[in-house]
Amino acid sequence: MSKQSQIVEKEAVVIRFSGDSGDGMQLTGTLFSDTAALYGNDLATFPDYPAEIRAPQGTVGGVSGFTVHFGHSEINTPGDYADVLIAMNPAAIKANVKWMKEGSTVIYDKDSFSDKLIEKAGYSGDPIVEEKIEHYNIIAAPISTLVKEALKDLDLDQKSIARTKNMFALGMVYWMFERKLDYTEEYFEKKFKAKPEVVKANKIALRAGYYYAETIEALTPVRINPAPIAKGTYRNISGNEATAWGFIAAAEKAGLQLFIGSYPITPATGILEALSARKDLGVKSFQAEDEIAGICTALGASFAGYLAVTSTSGPGLALKSEAIGLAVMAELPIVVVNVQRGGPSTGLPTKTEQADLLQALYGRNGECPVVVIAASTPSDCFHFAFEAARIAVEHMTPVLLLTDGFLGNGSEPWRIPKMADLPKINPPVAEKSDGPFMAYKRDAARLARQWAVPGTPGLEHRIGGLEKTEKGTVSYVPENHELMVKLREEKVQRVVEKVPDLKVYGNESADLLVVGWGGSYGHLLTAVRELQAEGYNVSLVNFNYIKPLPGNVKDVFDKVKKILVCEINLGQFAGYLRMNHQKYNYNQLNKVQGHPFTVKEIKEECIKLLEEK
Amino acid sequence: MAEVQVPQYTAKDFKSDQEVRWCPGCGDHAVLSSVQKALADLGIPKEKIAFISGIGCSSRFPYYMNCYGFHGIHGRASAIASGVKVANPDLSVWQITGDGDALAIGGNHFIHVIRRNIDINILLFNNEIYGLTKGQYSPTSLKGLVTKTSPFGTVEEPFSVGELVIGAKGKFFARTVDTNIALSTLIYGEAAKHKGTSVVEVLQNCVIFNDGVHDVVAGKEVRDERTIILKHGQPMKFGKDGLSGLILEGLKLKVVRIGENGITEKNLLVHDSHENNPGIQYMLANMRYPEYPVALGVIRDVEWPTYDEAVKEQIKSIKETSKIKCMDDLLNSGSVWTVG
Repeated sequence: MSKQSQIVEKEAVVIRFSGDSGDGMQLTGTLFSDTAALYGNDLATFPDYPAEIRAPQGTVGGVSGFTVHFGHSEINTPGDYADVLIAMNPAAIKANVKWMKEGSTVIYDKDSFSDKLIEKAGYSGDPIVEEKIEHYNIIAAPISTLVKEALKDLDLDQKSIARTKNMFALGMVYWMFERKLDYTEEYFEKKFKAKPEVVKANKIALRAGYYYAETIEALTPVRINPAPIAKGTYRNISGNEATAWGFIAAAEKAGLQLFIGSYPITPATGILEALSARKDLGVKSFQAEDEIAGICTALGASFAGYLAVTSTSGPGLALKSEAIGLAVMAELPIVVVNVQRGGPSTGLPTKTEQADLLQALYGRNGECPVVVIAASTPSDCFHFAFEAARIAVEHMTPVLLLTDGFLGNGSEPWRIPKMADLPKINPPVAEKSDGPFMAYKRDAARLARQWAVPGTPGLEHRIGGLEKTEKGTVSYVPENHELMVKLREEKVQRVVEKVPDLKVYGNESADLLVVGWGGSYGHLLTAVRELQAEGYNVSLVNFNYIKPLPGNVKDVFDKVKKILVCEINLGQFAGYLRMNHQKYNYNQLNKVQGHPFTVKEIKEECIKLLEEK
Repeated sequence: MAEVQVPQYTAKDFKSDQEVRWCPGCGDHAVLSSVQKALADLGIPKEKIAFISGIGCSSRFPYYMNCYGFHGIHGRASAIASGVKVANPDLSVWQITGDGDALAIGGNHFIHVIRRNIDINILLFNNEIYGLTKGQYSPTSLKGLVTKTSPFGTVEEPFSVGELVIGAKGKFFARTVDTNIALSTLIYGEAAKHKGTSVVEVLQNCVIFNDGVHDVVAGKEVRDERTIILKHGQPMKFGKDGLSGLILEGLKLKVVRIGENGITEKNLLVHDSHENNPGIQYMLANMRYPEYPVALGVIRDVEWPTYDEAVKEQIKSIKETSKIKCMDDLLNSGSVWTVG
C-alpha cells in the first residue's frame, strides 16, 4: 500500500536516451515509444544521430540520441528539455546537459565513466560535479557489471553481453513509468528468431534493469495515463514512411501504378526504402546511379503513364534542377520530395533545416514554376504526399514536396485513414483524338494539358525541353514563348482551387500572429497554446501551401496587429511573403543550428514583441 | 480464333509532319531513313514505339519520327529511356544519342543502363565532334585533333565505344556506317530483336565540323579493304577479292591472305556473336585502321535476363505470396492499436 501512494501522476514527460552511436539508442527509444503508444499515450519522437555510422567512440560528436515526449494530453513536439536522461557514457552528459530540465533524473552507466572516457568527453573529473548537477536526481548504475553478472550463465561472448546494456537501461525506464515488458519481449523473439541465446540475453537484461530500478528505491514511479485520443485504429508512423505511403494511396486512388526513381541520401532514404518494400502493391522502385537519373527515370515513367516520384535532400535537389525544368516544359506530372537538411553543400546531413525554400521555389533556369507544398508533422506527410500527387496528375505539373529531417525521422501515433474516405484522383488521360494529338492543348479551367500515354493508338506525339507551340511543334517565335511562359505560371496559380484557406489557431484579431510553415508547426503550436493559456492574445497560422499561397492570406493578416514569421533559416519565407503581400510588417524569428526551435525561445520572442509599443 | 494482326507499314508511315532541320549532307538523314525502313520491316505497332533522346544534333531525331517521342536533356536519355521501359516493358524503346551526349555528359547513365541490361535500343551517332555547339572535340575525337577548343590538338585519349560497352557488361554491340543503308537497316532490326540493351555505334559524318572523319575507312574506294562485315557463323573474310581474313596468332588478331603462307579459309576465325566470353569480340570491336580493318555488323549478341522483365517478375511473385493486397491492408498491418 505504501508503495502505491508514492506514485506521482504527470501530464507529460520527455525522456532522452543517449549514448555512443553503437550503443543502440535508436532501438531503445523506438521500443519505448511503441510501448507508450500501445498503452494509449500521445507522443512524438525525434532521433538525433551523427552523420558517421560509428563516429569516434566516446566523443561528443559520436553521441546518438533518441527523444520521446509522451503524455496524458495532446503532444505536438518531441520535447525540448528532458525530464529523464539515460546516459550510456560521459559524452552523453556533455551533449545533453543543456537540454535537461532543472532537477531532472539522470541515469548513467557508472562503468562507462572511466578516466579515459571522461577525458574523451572533455571533462577532467566527475562530469556530474563539473556540470554542477549533483542536486539532480542522479542514478549511477553499474550497468556493464550488472549485465555481465546477469548473463554469466549464458554461452555468449563479451561483445554480445555488452550489447544488451541498452536493454538493461530500458528495463529501468519501464519500471519507472510502470510499463509492461511484453511488447519488447515479443520484439526480441521476432528480431532474433534465429538466435535464441540473444533473445534470452536481451530478456534477462531487460528484466534485470527492471528489477534493479525497483530495488534501489531511488526512483519514484511516474504514472502517465492514456491521452484522450479520438476513437479509431492507430499506428506509429515516421514522416518518411508516411510520405511513401501517401504516394501509394494516391496511386491507388488514381488508378495508376507508382514508380519511384531515387538515389539514397540522408535523411530522405527512408522514403525509397519504404517504397522498395511494397512490391506487393505493385510499386516499381528504381535505385538509380545518381540523383539526376533518379528524377529522369521517374520522368520517363511519368511519360509512360505512371504516378512518378523521386525523393531527395537539398544537395540532391540541386542536382535534379535541370530535370525539374524539363518536367515543367514537358508538363508531365511528377512529385519531387525534398527532406531538407542543414546546408549548403553537404552541410549537416543528419540535422534539420528549412533553408531550401527558395531553392524549391526558384532554383532552376528560366521562368520555371512548380507547385510547392510543405508538410508539418510526421503523420501529415501522408496527407501532403497524397495531395502533392493529386495536384501533380490532375494539373499536369511537377510538385515539390518539402519535409525535413525533423519530420522525416520523427514519428508519432497516427489514426489510420480509410481509403474509402480519401478523394478520388482523376488524371486527364487522353484516350482518342480527332486529328493529330495536340500535346499542349489545355483545358479551360486548369490549363492542364492531356496525358497521352505511349501504347495508345492515334495519340503519337513528341514532347521535350524545347519551347513548343500548342500543337507540339518546336518554336522560337518570341510571342509564343512569352505566351507559354505565362500559361505555365498561370497553370500553377490555378492550383489554388485545391488549396484550403489558412486556419487560424486562436483569436482572429490577435495582438500577435505567429506565422510558420512546414515542420516548425508543432513547436509553434505548443508555444502559442501556452501563451494563450497565460492570457496573451496570440494566434498561429502555419502554411502548408507555399506556391500557390492560400487565397485568404490577406484576410487573415489584415485582422492582426503584429506578425512574427518563424523559420529555421535566415528569413526565406518572410522574404517571400514580403514579395507577395507587401503591405505588412513582418517581424522575424530565425534560427539555423540544425535543431528545431524550442518552445521557450518562441515564447520569449512573442512576449518581447507583445511588450514592445 | 483471333489472328494476331501485324501492321503493314512502309518507311513513310514513320515520317512525322515536322520539317527535318539537319544540315544538308548530314549523316543523320541516312540514319533516319534506315531506321524508318527497319521499323517498317519489324511491324511493331507504331503506338508502341518510343524514341527518347538527349541533346545534340542527333537528339532531334524523335521529332521526325511518327511515334511517341521525348526529347530530353543533355546526357540523360539513358535514364529517361530506362524509366519508360521499366514502367512499360511492352514498349519498343529507342534511345538516340551522340558521342558527346552518351559518353561525356551522359557517361554515367550510359554505363549503368548497359550494366542493368534494360531492353532499350541505343543508336549512338559517332561523328567524333560536337556539332550543335559548333565544333569542339568529343570523347571519341582522335588524340591530337585540332578543334575550336583544342587549337593545338587534343592531348587526351579517346573512348572506344565497343570497349566501353563490353566493359560495362554489355550484351549487344554492333557497328555500322550512316551511308550504308542496307547494312544499317539490318543491324537496327537485329538491335530491336535483341532482348536487353543494344548499342549500335553509327559511324556518322558531320558535314560541317568533321567532314570525312570516317572516309579513311568507310569511303567508297577503300571500304572493302578497310572494313570487315561480321556475320555470326561466318568466317572472318573481307577485301574486294574476299581473300583477306582474320586469324588468332598468340593473343592477338592478325590479318592474313588466303592462299599466302599456306593459309586457307579453314584457318580463319569464325564469328561467334553469341559467345558470352567477350575476349575475341572485344578485340574485334577495338580493331583500328591501318593495322586492321574496322569491324562492322553485329559484334556481340548474347542472351541475358533483362532488368525490366526481372522487375516485372519480382512484383508478380511477391504479389502472389503477400498478404497485403491493397492500401487498406498495408495501413492496418503490423503494430496497430484501437482506441475507444
